[in-house]
Parts: sequence; C-alpha cells; structure tokens
Amino acid sequence: MSAQPLVHRPEPPADLLFCDVHLLDPRAGLDERADLRVRAGQIAELAPAGSLHAGPDEELIEGEGHHLLPAFVDPHVHLRTPGQEHKEDLNTGTRAAAAGGYGAVIAMPNTDPVLDSAPLLRSLRDAATREARIPVGFLPAITRRLLGEQLTEMAELAEEGALGFTDDGRPVESAGMLRKALQYQRLCGGVIALHEEDTTLSRGGSMHEGAVSAALGLTGIPTVAESTMVARDTALAGYEDGRVHFQHLSCADSVRAVADGKARGFRLSAEVSPHHLLLTDDAVRSMDTRMKMHPPLATEDDRLALVDGLREGTIDCIATDHAPHARDEKEVPFEQAPMGTTGLETAFAALYTELVLPGTISLALLVERMTAAARLFQLPTPAIVAGEPANLTLVDLNTEFIAGERGWESRSENCCFSGRLLRGQVLLTLAAGGLAFRARAYAPAAA
Amino acid sequence: MNHLLSIEDLDRAAIERIIQQAESFAEVSDRDIKKVPALRGRMVLNLFYEASTRTRSSFELAAKRLSADVVNFAASGSSVEKGESLKDTVLTLSAHKPDAIVLRTPWAGASELVSRWCSAAIINAGDGKHEHPTQALLDVYTLHQRLRSIDGASIWIVGDVAHSRVARSNIIAFQKMGARVTVAGPPTLIPRGIQALGCDVRYTLDELPSADVVYALRMQHERMTETWVPSLREYATVYQVNGQRLRAGQVLMHPGPVNRGVELSGEVVDSPQAVITAQVEAGVVVRMAVLYELLAGAREPRTVAERRPAAEPLPDLAAAEDSPQRELAR
Repeated sequence: MSAQPLVHRPEPPADLLFCDVHLLDPRAGLDERADLRVRAGQIAELAPAGSLHAGPDEELIEGEGHHLLPAFVDPHVHLRTPGQEHKEDLNTGTRAAAAGGYGAVIAMPNTDPVLDSAPLLRSLRDAATREARIPVGFLPAITRRLLGEQLTEMAELAEEGALGFTDDGRPVESAGMLRKALQYQRLCGGVIALHEEDTTLSRGGSMHEGAVSAALGLTGIPTVAESTMVARDTALAGYEDGRVHFQHLSCADSVRAVADGKARGFRLSAEVSPHHLLLTDDAVRSMDTRMKMHPPLATEDDRLALVDGLREGTIDCIATDHAPHARDEKEVPFEQAPMGTTGLETAFAALYTELVLPGTISLALLVERMTAAARLFQLPTPAIVAGEPANLTLVDLNTEFIAGERGWESRSENCCFSGRLLRGQVLLTLAAGGLAFRARAYAPAAA
Repeated sequence: MNHLLSIEDLDRAAIERIIQQAESFAEVSDRDIKKVPALRGRMVLNLFYEASTRTRSSFELAAKRLSADVVNFAASGSSVEKGESLKDTVLTLSAHKPDAIVLRTPWAGASELVSRWCSAAIINAGDGKHEHPTQALLDVYTLHQRLRSIDGASIWIVGDVAHSRVARSNIIAFQKMGARVTVAGPPTLIPRGIQALGCDVRYTLDELPSADVVYALRMQHERMTETWVPSLREYATVYQVNGQRLRAGQVLMHPGPVNRGVELSGEVVDSPQAVITAQVEAGVVVRMAVLYELLAGAREPRTVAERRPAAEPLPDLAAAEDSPQRELAR
C-alpha cells in the first residue's frame, strides 16, 4: 500500500501535562498513577505522580486520579458520506468518535454512491483531510455497487489507501464470488471483512426469531441466517488461506464457527458490538425502533456466548457498527424503520458500566478489545509508551451520567443506550497527537 | 382505559365489563330505531391503511348506533399515496379533533406509536400481524353467548397462525378468560416461539376431537409472498375442518372472510355448529361497548397530562418510553 492508511485534518500538536492520572495500558504493562507529558503531539515522558511540573507553553490537565487509556479504534462505523449526509458526515461522525474516546475509525462503503472505485476513494480521503476530526480509514466494497456480481478494482483501491474490503450491509451471497475475492486478496492485500447473512433465511425479518417475535407478530430472522454463512466462509477462508474478518457477530453458533476456524489455524478475526454484548431481543418488546439493528439482538444465551467469546479471544475486538439514521426515518412503525443504532459516544461507558463494574470482564480486557482492531487492520496500535504519538483518552469512571442528556456530537440520535445511567464518561481525547475532544464540563486548569 | 392497543391492556374483569356492556347494547340492535344518544357530538375517525369492509363498517355502525359522528379515511386515494408519513397523516387528521381514532395498518405497533402522537383515544383495528383486540373481544362475547362460560374450555386455533393477528389476540384473550388454547397448523405457518404465549402446539388435527371450540383461521394466500405450503389442495387435505373432522357439539368459529373448500368445507360453514354470522353480529355490539368504554364510560376524566395536545412539541423517543402517558396506555 502506498498511500497513508488513515487520513484526517490534523490539529496542532498538543503540549499537555497530565498530572496524577491513572495510566492503564495492558499491552505496555501499565496500571498505575503517574504524570504524563505530551510534547509536540508525542508522549514525551512518564513519571511518578506529582513529580512533573507544567512548563510555560504546556496546558496542565489535573487528572484527579482519572484513568488515561490508549485511544480506542473502531473497525466498523458508518459515516454516511457520500450521499446520506442528512444522517452523518465525515465531520460529525468523527466528532462523535472523538467524544467516545476513539483515536481512529474505519468507515464502511455502503454509501450512495457505493465506495467501489479508486477515484471515489481518493475524493473521499481528500475530503477527510479537510473534515475528519480523527484519523479515518476506509474499506471499499468487495463487489461493485454491493451487488455481488463483479469484483471492484481491488488492487487499484489498495493502491489508493484501502485498508481492506467489505460489502457491509449485505452478504457476499455467492460462494464463488467470495472465493474470487479471497484469491485476488493475494495480489492486493487488505482484510476481507464480511457481513454474514443468508438472505433466503432472513428475508422479510425485522428482529430475532424467537418468543418475542412470535408474540409481537414480527417476522423473525433466525440465528442460522448468520451462523451458516460464518461456517461457509470459514471453510472458504481456510481453503484459500484468506485473511477474513467477521463483522458484528450476534449469536452463539457464529462464535463457535469462528472458534473452530481459528483452532484450525485459519487467518480469521471477529468483532462484536456493544449492543450485542449488552442487549437481547427482550429490548424489542416495546417496538422501540432504536432497538432495530442488523443483525438483530438475539437471546440471552447468545449474548452470554458473545461475552465469553470476547473474554476468551475468539472475538478479537469491539466494533460499534455506528449506524446513524435521521429522526424521521426512525419515527415510523417498527417494520418500516431502517436498521441500526449509533454507538460511538456510548460504547466505552455502556461496556464499562454493564460488563466491567459487575465484574464480568476486567477494565484491562475492555481496553485491549477496544484497541485491538488496529493490529487486525495493520495499523499502529495506540500505546502509552514514551516516543509514541499521543493517542490517549481520559475517562472519569466515577461520575454517573445519563447517556444523551447533553445531546450528541453525532448528527443522529438513534442510540439504543440513550437514557441509560452510565459511568465512564470520556473527558478528553487526543488523536494522532492533536486534541480531538474535550468534554464541555471539563475546563482546562490554569496553565 | 384510555386506548385499546392490545388485548394485553385488559384484564379479565375489564373484558367481562365490556361483554356486559355489549349485552346491554344488543337490545338496541333489535329496536326499530337502532340508535341511542350515548356519544352524541363525539367524533370517531376510521383511519384504514389496509382494505377492510367488515371491520370498518362494523366500527362505523357501532359509532352511528351510539349517535357519534363518523369520518372514514382510507389510505388509498389520499395524501398517503403522495408520500405522507403516518405521523404527518395522524397530526393532520388530529386537527379535526377526533375523540377516537380507529386504526388499521399493515405495521405491528403502529397504533401504540400513534397513541403517542395525538390526544384521541386509539383503537387498534389490526396492526400488521401483531394484534386485533376487538376481534378477540367479539369472539369472547360470541362464545360467552353460546357457552355461558369458557372457563376450562379447550379451544383449538387452526391454520395460518404465522400471518394472523387474530390468532395472537385470541390466544391471549381466551387464556385470560380461563380457556386452554392449542394452535395447530402446518409447521411452516406456526411461528417458532409461539408457546411463550402459553398455548400448546400441534402439527396435525389428530387430537381435534378433544376441543370444545374449533377456531379456523383464514388461509391468507393472497398476502403470502412465498410458498408456505406445497399447495392449497394439500393444505385442505391435512388441515381443512370438514364434516369428518368436526365432532358433534363442537362450536366452529372463523374471523371471515371464509375460503370455502380451503380451511373450511361448505357443509361445516352452513352447519348449526358454526357461529360465524353471530361473530359478525357480535362485532357491532362489542365495538359499541369499546367506544362507550373509551369515550363515555365511568372512566376518570382525562387530565391535560394524559391528553397531550398535538401542537405541543413531541417528546423524543427516550422520554416517551418512560412517560406516564405510555404507562396509562398499557
């Protein structure tokens, strides 16, 4: 790949002193209170708490023991540009990401027009250098217009900076077409990321098939619509030795299929969303359209299998599948509503509150899984190590807040966690050395 | 009771109260002048997004017998065809200040949604494959007339349960009234997980003789976009309720319109065991009782908080979810 993989509009390099913060970076073996200096956008110095003093051109951030983490990386967001800017754009989407503690995101190609050609990728990356608050990478389509009929010019796209390829929003229905893409991957590199769904099983469905769909009279989508395709494509990936990433896993059988493939040494990875880790189809009982997502929320057993998969490493990383939709598009009867929930601004707090606080997973594991996507897509992993660029997020784990009560940075508000009482608010985010987000209430201390 | 959105909104006592009210209205239907002034000056709006002759005219008759004014609004040939959203249509029609809106749509949950957008009492006259609560009430009324009590009765609902809102409402209503419910039909037309509603499931009619009431569903082949059964002929062979399968003493029901020769044979439709026309008659008096209960009955006067004016800014979805209004609607 010749082009820079991530692009954004750079902020001036930050000069900051974090005084008395709790540094936590599981990969660096860090879990302690300390001071941390950022100079010219790089982590310059780590020292015992209280030992560093702010210089004249440095902003002092009184950490008060708040946690400073490596900034998160989201391999799956919908920035809706080009063509659906009424839902989100490069600026609002990356502002939402920064507000959620993210230092990098990867955007999906199911835009209008579909991101399926090198000129379009070039213009989009060009726009990102003017509009994106944090670094953005792009996954163009596997097949032209997502129709599953003809491969995109993958080599040329890779040359232009594609991190990989996906038809997200749709499956690659034809096994033969996917096999060609996996073969072609040997030429062009990049990760093939797959939305898994057998549409002959899912057609017409608007939620998980089970007791709730039966009671509501909604056509259900059976979990086998996903898991049979995960199993099929695991076999294809193994056969072609392809590098495959499974997107937004939603059920126990899919986790099992990925575990089987990994056990056989296939080059697989997988992601799971906060909503699939925390919610079940029971949330759909009220027919709240914010609970309509694709794949649908499944049963408690599926949810527990996803949490186990995340804990054990079958699932490598957390992806929000941030899917903004305009209010009028969601303010319709359930069956008519588009699928998707926003997630960037609530992911960390929701997972911290509902998985870490009850003791289901450790904070260190959560941080690891929220940053692991970088390595999967061959990007540098944010690290709290002297000499590294400052990709950092400062979070307050103590104060409770109501998700969405101060509005959203995203242009859309269709968040499934809206109204929940959470802990783990992001106070400040540094991305690629620049200040990308600062919570309104978090005023700078005197320099 | 502020709305009738789901049969779940009613407990057994409430259903019995409506049945009693309907019985008292039955007498009105036998008068020369079939009208009482109970709802004079009230307006009932029929808003129908799906073709319906029976349900709509049944509601219209019920409202008129109570001296209410009735406005019919059909989605075809209206602003809906010009792309107006459900919300905008409801807000527009609310400007006429209807006291009740009778709503039928092809979308589950639509009537609940509408109840958040306007101040009228909403009556769900069918929302997608979800519910049809007044059908359940008139079926309970019909059985009550015929059997006096359905406590402990065994009721079989036979046929296309998957596409039937009538089945869903009736499974719930019959059980609330103390009956045991079994659904039977082709495995492709019995939704996975339906047992969670408390009913038993059978894929053959072998045990049909054990039933006290046989409730056949309409085979909605005109709405099916896929093949659910190999052929209607085979369906009739396996699942048709006919003279051989219907035991003496069983009550036969059907929500209409009947496909003669498919789910029911002609002989059973015409037999004295069938109460299909009684169900239609019951429809008017039960809907009179529902309208009366919602608009004139001994209910609490509605407070401003309960009857949010349409002009007030709408709450966002998050607020609406926990609003007291919704609690009351439940």
